[in-house]
Amino acid sequence: MSKKLVEFRNVSFRYDEDGPWVLKNCSFEIYENEWVAIIGHNGSGKSTIAKLLNGLLFPQEGEIVIGGQQVNEESIWSIRKEVGMVFQNPDNQFVGATVQDDVAFGMENRGVQRDEMQKRITETLSAVRMQDYRLTEPHRLSGGQKQRVAIASVLAISPKVLILDEATAMLDPSGRKEIMDTVGEIQESSGLSLITITHDLQEVVQADRVIVMNNGNKWREASPREIFLEKDALRTIGLDVPFVAILAEELKHAGVSLKSTPLNQEELLEDLWILHSRT
Amino acid sequence: MDITFKNVTYIYQPNTPFSHKAIEDLSFQVESGTFMAIIGHTGSGKSTLIQHLNGLSVPTDGEVVIGEYRLSKHDKPRDMKELRSRVGVVFQYPEHQLFEETVAKDIAFGPQNFGVNEAEIGQRIKEIIPAVGLNETVLERSPFDLSGGQMRRVAIAGVLAVKPDVLVLDEPTAGLDPRGQKEIMDMFYKLHKEQGLTTILVTHSMEDALKYADQVLILNKGTKFMEGTPLEVFNEKDALQSVQLDVPEIVQFLNRFEEKFGQTIPFQKQSIKEIAQSIQQIIEGAESR
Amino acid sequence: MNNSLIIGQYVPGNSLVHRLDPRTKITIIFFFVFIVFFANNIASYSLLTVFALTCMFTSKVPIRFIIKGLTPVWFLIIFTFILHLFVTREGTVILEFWIFEFYSGGLIQGIAIALRFFLLILVTSLLTLTTTPIEITDAIEDMLHPLKRFKFPVHELALMMSISLRFIPTLMQETDKISRAQASRGVDFKTGPIKERIKAVVPLLVPLFVSAFKRAEELAMAMEARGYQGGEGRSKLRELKIEKRDIFIFILFAIVVAALLLIRSYS
Repeated sequence: MSKKLVEFRNVSFRYDEDGPWVLKNCSFEIYENEWVAIIGHNGSGKSTIAKLLNGLLFPQEGEIVIGGQQVNEESIWSIRKEVGMVFQNPDNQFVGATVQDDVAFGMENRGVQRDEMQKRITETLSAVRMQDYRLTEPHRLSGGQKQRVAIASVLAISPKVLILDEATAMLDPSGRKEIMDTVGEIQESSGLSLITITHDLQEVVQADRVIVMNNGNKWREASPREIFLEKDALRTIGLDVPFVAILAEELKHAGVSLKSTPLNQEELLEDLWILHSRT
Repeated sequence: MDITFKNVTYIYQPNTPFSHKAIEDLSFQVESGTFMAIIGHTGSGKSTLIQHLNGLSVPTDGEVVIGEYRLSKHDKPRDMKELRSRVGVVFQYPEHQLFEETVAKDIAFGPQNFGVNEAEIGQRIKEIIPAVGLNETVLERSPFDLSGGQMRRVAIAGVLAVKPDVLVLDEPTAGLDPRGQKEIMDMFYKLHKEQGLTTILVTHSMEDALKYADQVLILNKGTKFMEGTPLEVFNEKDALQSVQLDVPEIVQFLNRFEEKFGQTIPFQKQSIKEIAQSIQQIIEGAESR
Repeated sequence: MNNSLIIGQYVPGNSLVHRLDPRTKITIIFFFVFIVFFANNIASYSLLTVFALTCMFTSKVPIRFIIKGLTPVWFLIIFTFILHLFVTREGTVILEFWIFEFYSGGLIQGIAIALRFFLLILVTSLLTLTTTPIEITDAIEDMLHPLKRFKFPVHELALMMSISLRFIPTLMQETDKISRAQASRGVDFKTGPIKERIKAVVPLLVPLFVSAFKRAEELAMAMEARGYQGGEGRSKLRELKIEKRDIFIFILFAIVVAALLLIRSYS
């Protein structure tokens, strides 16, 4: 197994001293080059995890360690170099007057030299396929395009972890697909650790591991395949079950002896094909 | 109320360098009591279409008829307010329209504008609060203290309190989690049935269109691309693909199944269970050979 | 709909005037505003007019945009002209009308003042027509830089300006959306007594403020997450550079100024 990059040790968090706990005694680890999906209903504590990872919030109990460094007031600026974040609302994170200004913003904050900035802007905009929009103003871009620029902005500071905090929630289906495709490509080519936070089970299929949150607790931690098996339990905590998982189960009820839990239509069809041609 | 679009064209900022045709020569009809889904990409003219339903926009060319109200270049209803009291619109992220100090006042805002008396408003609020899945304890709270999902419900209650005959829904579930999405859609469907509303749903979700709609209208670049029952429309896989729209997952699966196995399971809105049985029969059939 | 939105008056182009460093433009306009008041005869006025018109034609900005920019001030220009015509009592009487007497001095002064106004506005609007708001912001930040020594928050001011500019279209779209939603709930923004119409603004303004605050909060968080900690130690992608053309224009302008002073003293 590769190196441990992020560690939550018994982390609890609440906004007010006498308010309810948003996160309760939560522990998990994330490794280098791994894609972890955090899923849960609205208010399950999943977005709080993202903000804790970046030092935008600090836990009342427990500790968070990133790349060997504990997250606290002193370490946040070096932590933020390692952890890049893309938020939900495409408009409210676009700082620059044009696409290239926005990509430059994070680098400017760190005093990167101009030549280096130009080079990295070119690289990261190509990585998210936005190279043709370098001088475009934000109000001329679609939501999906703005989110891709946001991803490029984060990549430009070469972090070790990229967090997408419900980055697709406000997009239409084509925008959502744009982002998921982009993210998949980047994760494959860059060796970055990726944390995607979502309430859409379709978006966890590509992940290596899934952490399911419910009411501030870590409810499950398993591979997407294992999670998909818990159909009824997922429903009770307010999540949707993908069509393929439902069909697979109905098939089993109908007496078709599928041998595994399919993650997508291709796998299910392949399973059925094997059964079909065996006879 | 019946809704008719007759050769409607709408141009933004006509006669300027920025003029832009949002809708072109669009005609369709919705009978009273129909649940219609409108589907199309961002920029296909959906939002512009919606604005014609309660007179926020008036056609540059052609004519829109909603019940007894007629909207065209030459003909505008004398009292636009009356039309708006009969066509309720739930816009995208409707919680952004909340502004009053308390939930009760915000829900009452619409009916007050349309001249409903206080006693009647009180009565309506009592009925609506449970219908949208809220508890009466929220009534005296500030809407800004509520959760996102609750705010959405308050905003919806504000539209419903006017008791419209036509309900227009512009992606009413955007940004909600799966449970919230289902609850809200089921609530609208129940209202639609119980109160005999005419409902127009703008959505990106093919699944919702399949599940709730009687009629589907597909827009592409401001024109009508396709129209029909969900079954008719969603069986046109190739046509939909040509405008980068997906079919519902269930239809998609059956298509792929057909490609792979060479056997067709026709889609007739049957349940997943029934589909599983059909598949089982095909596979068993092979086994018994 | 989104694409038609233009912030400020900027007309895109690639003319010499467009490509000048914004600092050059601001400096020249600053001095131009001064020297306009030095003009005192036909020759000196002609010189300045020729200079301003040359700038205008070099910029290749369509005349109709310039006229559009001048519309709000036409009234002012005409008003000052008429005022001078009536009030000044110098020179010979050129026209008598009812109880009024018009003097030649009034006519000349009226024309001179109106022309002065016209030149000032023409030249300043050329700046906004050929320079993007963000370039102006950059120039201001750079030119105010010396004030940093006196703890003047130059960087913060410039950042605030550029973020405001960036959010103008967003907030305009938002205003549009909310007013549509409230109109659908029976608010009448367009007709009715003034008092009612003022009241109608509340359901528009409250949601706008609420959303602007939310945006500000989220933006601040996003900026912090991207490592923003104030102006110290920051580098800049945007670079202002004085080129040959800037120097050329400065020299040309200096010649105009010298000529003006010369002509003036000969009158």
